[in-house]
Amino acid sequence: MALIDLANPTRFLNFAERVLPWLVAATLFAFAIGLEQALFVAPDDYQQGATVKIMFLHVPCAWLGMFCWGLMTVAALGTLVWRHPLADVAAKAAAPIGAAFTFLCLFTGSMWGRPMWGTYWQWDARLTSVLVLFIMYLGLIALWRSVEDPGRAGRAAAVLTLVGAVNLPIIKFSVDWWNTLHQPASVFRIGGPTIDKSILVPLFAMAIAFTLLFLTLHLAAMRNEILRRRVRSMQMLRVFADEDMRQIESRA
Amino acid sequence: MNLGPHAAFILAAYAAAIVVVAGLVAWVILDFRAQKRVLGDLEAHGVTRRSTALKEPA
Repeated sequence: MALIDLANPTRFLNFAERVLPWLVAATLFAFAIGLEQALFVAPDDYQQGATVKIMFLHVPCAWLGMFCWGLMTVAALGTLVWRHPLADVAAKAAAPIGAAFTFLCLFTGSMWGRPMWGTYWQWDARLTSVLVLFIMYLGLIALWRSVEDPGRAGRAAAVLTLVGAVNLPIIKFSVDWWNTLHQPASVFRIGGPTIDKSILVPLFAMAIAFTLLFLTLHLAAMRNEILRRRVRSMQMLRVFADEDMRQIESRA
Repeated sequence: MNLGPHAAFILAAYAAAIVVVAGLVAWVILDFRAQKRVLGDLEAHGVTRRSTALKEPA
């Protein structure tokens, strides 16, 4: 099957039905390995002790919160430029998942910050820009819910998504541009990671598991959104048919 | 596994992750069932999609 074939919603539904069981199995397998590595293999940090285990949740959630908005940005271009039939579906399905991962990033960061920094929250550039990302997710979800026509809602949401994408480099480089309580990048940086391999390997294992979870949830949510639009169009057909019948009866 | 003096914070973080992920999974499953049920009801009342209806012989 060529990638372009998936632009057809019916073909996409068939594809999702075939792929989802494998994705679920891969996600469960990856989490079994990731959690075993994170909870039982990774050593305590020499300074942070066991609280380093929070990192195995916090960092993948932070990556996914940003990755999800990046994916929605590509989908927004698909909606506005190429008018791809599934671009809007992909963006709408991704928003609640991205919001959930961003919330988890904020919450786990707070749980990590209290014992390490002495505070749950600090209005520094990194934390504030991630909070802005979370609020933008909520705004997008609200926008989709407030406009009844999916086409109009999708175009408005695509514009908002593109504007919001400006926040992604701000989040990434906030720790370099400003003095922040949050530490600078320690994994993806010039010169390589500053984290020891014994902790880096479990971190990547958990990142792979969370990414597979995201892909599984996103594919399933896209399938649901296609079905929801199918239901909507069928309900409208039914209303029109009922209206036609009433007019015929009134003439008779 | 000894979680040390900050065990409550570690457990709270993992508990939140479990609750949120379980919520997402439940949302996806329940939403799928709801859409399939409504689609089934509509089809039972004779409502078909235009693309399907067009393919049917006159």
